[in-house]
Amino acid sequence: MYKLLNYDKEFKSAFTISIPVMMGYLVLGFAFGLLLSSFHYDWYLAPIMSIFIYAGALQFVAIGFFNAKMGLIDIAIATLFINIRQSFYGLSLLKKFKHTGKFKKYLIFGLTDETYGLLTTVEEDKNLSKTHFYFFLSALNQSYWIIGSTIGAILGSNIEFNTNGLEFSLTALFIVLCIEQYKKLKNILPFIIGAVASLVALVIVPSDKMLITSIVISLVLLLTFEKRIENDK
Amino acid sequence: MTNNEIYLAIIVMSLTNYFTRIFPFIFFNKKEPPKIIVYIETYFPPVIMTILIFYSVKDISFANYPYGLKEILAIVFTTSIHLWKNNYLVSIFGGTIFYMLLVQY
Repeated sequence: MYKLLNYDKEFKSAFTISIPVMMGYLVLGFAFGLLLSSFHYDWYLAPIMSIFIYAGALQFVAIGFFNAKMGLIDIAIATLFINIRQSFYGLSLLKKFKHTGKFKKYLIFGLTDETYGLLTTVEEDKNLSKTHFYFFLSALNQSYWIIGSTIGAILGSNIEFNTNGLEFSLTALFIVLCIEQYKKLKNILPFIIGAVASLVALVIVPSDKMLITSIVISLVLLLTFEKRIENDK
Repeated sequence: MTNNEIYLAIIVMSLTNYFTRIFPFIFFNKKEPPKIIVYIETYFPPVIMTILIFYSVKDISFANYPYGLKEILAIVFTTSIHLWKNNYLVSIFGGTIFYMLLVQY
């Protein structure tokens, strides 16, 4: 572990890049902790969940599972459907994670929407150790989530302040990542496909199934227009 | 649920969730991924990033006043500031503060 201290440049670089996620995760984590304790569950369940599960939407839904006393098999199936999109994330990172050695298992564990977005978009500094940079970025992001949810759960509903609108930081992060992706790819078609798939999904299914529906639609579109997309470069 | 039941539920969720994340790495570990996977590898990130923008505003009601106008304004604002300054911290902080001002006042 002490060897990690030799990688302070990687840490600094990862920290700077993680700041937008910090704002988002502290707030969302806080909201999750608050919600959990509002149903009178023990506060320490929040850090336990954020350490071992570490999936935003799933942890919110999990409170519903607890309330409904849902069966374990039902919980497993629901979890699979909520987070199956993450299986597609790994596909884009097979190469990147190939030589990450002992960090690989954790890097895979840490693949949330936001961390995935940063990992696939950010231009890496050639002088830095990629593996350590990825590790710090993933670990910092998870630490924000753990801290936010723990504070939220402990403070419970005792305090009140207006964070209304702060959740937009995650929307803003995705916007910026989209623009950076476009600069890299110089191809507008994947973005059109994403937008069309989202709009169709928003119209045809309830909003809690919007994400997985739009991913399925977009994959169909991606495969249908494969030739056109590749020739458009 | 009792705490013991909750612990079991947390274990099930942790394992299932990790499975969804590690699945492609197990499946395509040894063999070279097929061409179609390489294609998805390249073009899926921009698609999902676009989808996540929509996803993050999915619970906004666009049919009723103010018709999601605040979200659209904040998205346009964030995009413009990013194209102009090209600094993602400025864009994200600026966009978020702009949106907070819109929804709180």
